[in-house]
Amino acid sequence: MAALASGALFGIGLAMSGMTDPRRVLGFLDLFGDFDPTLLFVLGGAVMTTVVLFRFVLRRGSPVLASTFHLSNLRHIDRRLLGGAAIFGVGWGIAGYCPGPALAGLGIGSREALWFVPAMIIGMLLHRIVNRS
Amino acid sequence: MTAWLIALAGGVLIGLAATLLLWLNGRVAGVSGIVNGVIFPKREDTAWRAAFLIGLIAAGGLYMALVPGAALPRTDYSRAGLIVAGILVGFGTRMGNGCTSGHGVCGLGRLSLRSLGAVLTFMATAIMTTFVLRHLWTAT
Repeated sequence: MAALASGALFGIGLAMSGMTDPRRVLGFLDLFGDFDPTLLFVLGGAVMTTVVLFRFVLRRGSPVLASTFHLSNLRHIDRRLLGGAAIFGVGWGIAGYCPGPALAGLGIGSREALWFVPAMIIGMLLHRIVNRS
Repeated sequence: MTAWLIALAGGVLIGLAATLLLWLNGRVAGVSGIVNGVIFPKREDTAWRAAFLIGLIAAGGLYMALVPGAALPRTDYSRAGLIVAGILVGFGTRMGNGCTSGHGVCGLGRLSLRSLGAVLTFMATAIMTTFVLRHLWTAT
């Protein structure tokens, strides 16, 4: 139930902030053209909130409904991290979708999301195949 | 309300959603990782991930359907472009262990240098890609 509520709040936040419209996202990414700074407030609002509130949450010994926090222990910045982030950024810059807004688009039956999301899952599958061999 | 104020409020909601999941379930609200965990389930962790995605898809869709002036998705982008972009996003987020939500909203919230490295990298390549496609590609 907690995860459902969190997901719902996340989806409303995405839709409200305009992230669900890739035209706005590309307008934000178009730094050297018709730059639209609105989405800076989305990232700013989200990160300010987590920077402040995560401190209080992580000060607790454990979460309310589970025994431990599941956090990544990875610290190092390596080629895998930066290479993956670089590839993700290219994909984001092509169509203007990152995973969350694309999924929210499924909820309204967006034609673009219906192509993008399965392709994204194929990309994840390809990564598993490449990593296995 | 002005556009930037609505954007700020939406951003705060995203931050609150991530805080809620960490506070109650002890989990990171990284959308690409959650999708991956549902499609390729490993342990008993599928239920909360599926619940999160159902909430996101249903509430996001309902907001766009019901709220006047909500940002509706574009409808006319090329199919090939969507498929190529989707594959790159899926592959890249797995290789780099996160996307805008996991590294951006949650990782930066934990003041993780690793996430900052990822965020600066994907912002840079996304801006470069948009620049090439909008200003170089079309000019030729």
